[in-house]
Amino acid sequence: MKQEEINDKGRRDFIKTAAIATVAATACGSLACSCSSKHEPPKTGEKVKLLSQDGEIVEIDSSHLDHGNHMTMAVKASKKQAREGIPGRKFVMVIDLARCKNARKCVSACQKMHHLPEDKEWLTIKLMQDSDKGSPYWFPKTCFHCDNPPCVKVCPVDATFKRQDGLVLIDNERCIGCKFCMAACPYSTRVFNWNEPHQDVSIANYTPETSTPSKIGTVEKCDFCPDMIRQGLLPDCVTACPNGVFYFGDENEDAVTNGDETVSLSQLLKDRGGYRFMEELGTQPRLYYLPPKDRLFPVERGYESLPEKTKEKYKEAMEKKK
Amino acid sequence: MELNTFQQQAFDYQRPHIEKFGKRAWFWTIFYLLWIVLGGYALYRQMTKGHGITGMRDNVVWGLYIVNFIFFIGISYAGAIIAGLLHLFKVPWGKPIIRLAQMMTIISVVVGPIFILLCIGRLDRLHYLFIYARLQSPLTWDVVAVLTYFAGSVLFLYMALIKDFSVYRDAKLNIPKWKQKLYTALSLGYRGAASQKRHLIISQNLLAIIIIPLSIIVSSILSWVFGMTLRPGWHSTIFGPYFVLGALYSGCGVLIVAMWVYRKMYKLDDYFTDRHFTYLGYIMMVLAAGYGYFTFSEYFTSWFGSEKWDSEVINKLFNPAQYGWWTLFANVAGIILPIAIVAIPQTRKTGPITLVAFIMVIALWVKRYLIIVPTLESPLIPMQDTRHEYIKYSARWPEWALTFAGIATFMLFFTLISKFVTVVPVSGLEDTKNNREHAMGLLKKEKIQPA
Ligand code: SF4
Ligand code: SF4
Repeated sequence: MKQEEINDKGRRDFIKTAAIATVAATACGSLACSCSSKHEPPKTGEKVKLLSQDGEIVEIDSSHLDHGNHMTMAVKASKKQAREGIPGRKFVMVIDLARCKNARKCVSACQKMHHLPEDKEWLTIKLMQDSDKGSPYWFPKTCFHCDNPPCVKVCPVDATFKRQDGLVLIDNERCIGCKFCMAACPYSTRVFNWNEPHQDVSIANYTPETSTPSKIGTVEKCDFCPDMIRQGLLPDCVTACPNGVFYFGDENEDAVTNGDETVSLSQLLKDRGGYRFMEELGTQPRLYYLPPKDRLFPVERGYESLPEKTKEKYKEAMEKKK
Repeated sequence: MELNTFQQQAFDYQRPHIEKFGKRAWFWTIFYLLWIVLGGYALYRQMTKGHGITGMRDNVVWGLYIVNFIFFIGISYAGAIIAGLLHLFKVPWGKPIIRLAQMMTIISVVVGPIFILLCIGRLDRLHYLFIYARLQSPLTWDVVAVLTYFAGSVLFLYMALIKDFSVYRDAKLNIPKWKQKLYTALSLGYRGAASQKRHLIISQNLLAIIIIPLSIIVSSILSWVFGMTLRPGWHSTIFGPYFVLGALYSGCGVLIVAMWVYRKMYKLDDYFTDRHFTYLGYIMMVLAAGYGYFTFSEYFTSWFGSEKWDSEVINKLFNPAQYGWWTLFANVAGIILPIAIVAIPQTRKTGPITLVAFIMVIALWVKRYLIIVPTLESPLIPMQDTRHEYIKYSARWPEWALTFAGIATFMLFFTLISKFVTVVPVSGLEDTKNNREHAMGLLKKEKIQPA
């Protein structure tokens, strides 16, 4: 995707611009076609939904997505670009608590995409209960990519930084592992590589946008998948969720999508009473929640079907409810 | 340099200690070195295996190391402030103990920062702190502050030592050549000429004036590493003064204990008199009251306000099933006991004061632990984790090994330095005739008084 192209588009629909690469790719059969159309990967038969330039949903074969090795030459950002962000954008996420039933597809998709072991969750789901009489609800939590991020303020070496498109990323080639950002983040978002990660990843080209591979002694966290965004794709949690809980989009365009529907951000927040978590801390998250009103599923649905080990996590909170 | 009788006497008395490295010194040196080797092994494991071998995890990201850091750095600030004040106000009885306070300052400012390094996951990237330094970060402030402070306190000690070095140089000590050479070099050709004296006094005064506010600033900056975060139990406006006071208080205790140990080992009863213990005991008592006041304000406001997060931390601290007993110990042994022992005339004796100072120092270490760990164990978002070590911190062997190695390093430095310079400054009492007479009178009086 050419840089000027994005600049020129200015305030055009986020979804459209984001989908240019996709559409171009679909046209010639491979996402990475701009650098080499010779290496057509074998078809997997698995279809993936994407948004086209016109806001329509198109299905392409998943082999066209560059998951395992997810930075290709065509979209790999330079170190400088990775620090500056994508010009003209202001990424934003909305999580619809009314639809979440703790299906945990987002968690596993995120882990798969970033080659994380099972017990390391960048995206976690908590069972929250706001007051004693209040009803508990499932609460997926990513990094909030705060606009006033305490983690960035305290980093002594500029390893974690705020980009102009709103994302907060970590450069694990810069991070000295002081963990100050972990103490400073009020939302327990960050995880540390306490041991050698032992990932089966063969990526030589690390950038803060891929966040992969992990490095021992450094910090990492949810990154809103900027490498996917550069490819014109939605973050993996968004596409993985069967219930359309995650909306992702661009505040400048006032549009967000959960893969099924594209809606106006301001309208959504207005209609559904969107709020930001712990607004009083002044961190100004870039992530909004829609309150769990008129829920699609009873909260137990997300508990009973869990494997024993995962159930254990929520046991205490679940019992408190009863 | 000419010595008066009193100084000569002090020097002759301590001469053997810097002339030879006795059996006992060897024993302790080797003992400390063994601990340090064990610590070195722990560090090696930590660097090769990762921080996973410690008890720290994603919630409690800092543990014993940061507790030790605050502890040692606090002692250092206290040493500097006490030495600075004793020097500036020309407190006559303070002369013999200034050196000890300064030694404490330097040694702990060397040992303390080692512990902050242990918290760093990528020691191979340590230089990034300088090449990519970011001024917004309280950690950068801390690096700058500690380095400035280190330089300041080294100079302060050195200035006070120059005269003594010239004494050692001229004394024809029975020492190896290199040591003699070192004394000669370090004394910078000081002969006690009028201009030399003047320069030395001016620089010492200047450094004393600088070092006091510097210690206060640096100590506050350290507290801001915690105070600047949005964590319950940390995000408090009184953290700066609270840390300064805590530092002074624990340092005062360490000074008392150090005095006692040297008095015993080197038989310095003539110099570290009972009166010194009583006076420092008074200071300790006042500081204890101040520290108690801050502690009470901290706990009382968060308990009374009972915000959700604050209460969670307070509950942890006062619940006997969690940290209740430790809180009790920290506050009884760390605040009430020292006040009581010094306040009651019958217990206001060297022995009890030293003992209570020693216990108080431990209590203040525990107190630092209680500031750090319970807060980190209370994140704003419920943990809902099944991994026990992520929920509750308990230090593992590398952390303990390195903690003891740190203490051993602290002791080792004391041993080595006291073999290189006299613990009681011999030229320290020459400033004014008055002081000398006063000090001598004090000592004489002290001698006839029953202990
Ligand atoms: S949620 Fe935490 S890690 Fe993410 S931007 Fe905010 S403070 Fe930083
Ligand atoms: S752990 Fe890394 S990212 Fe976090 S504050 Fe330290 S250097 Fe910055």
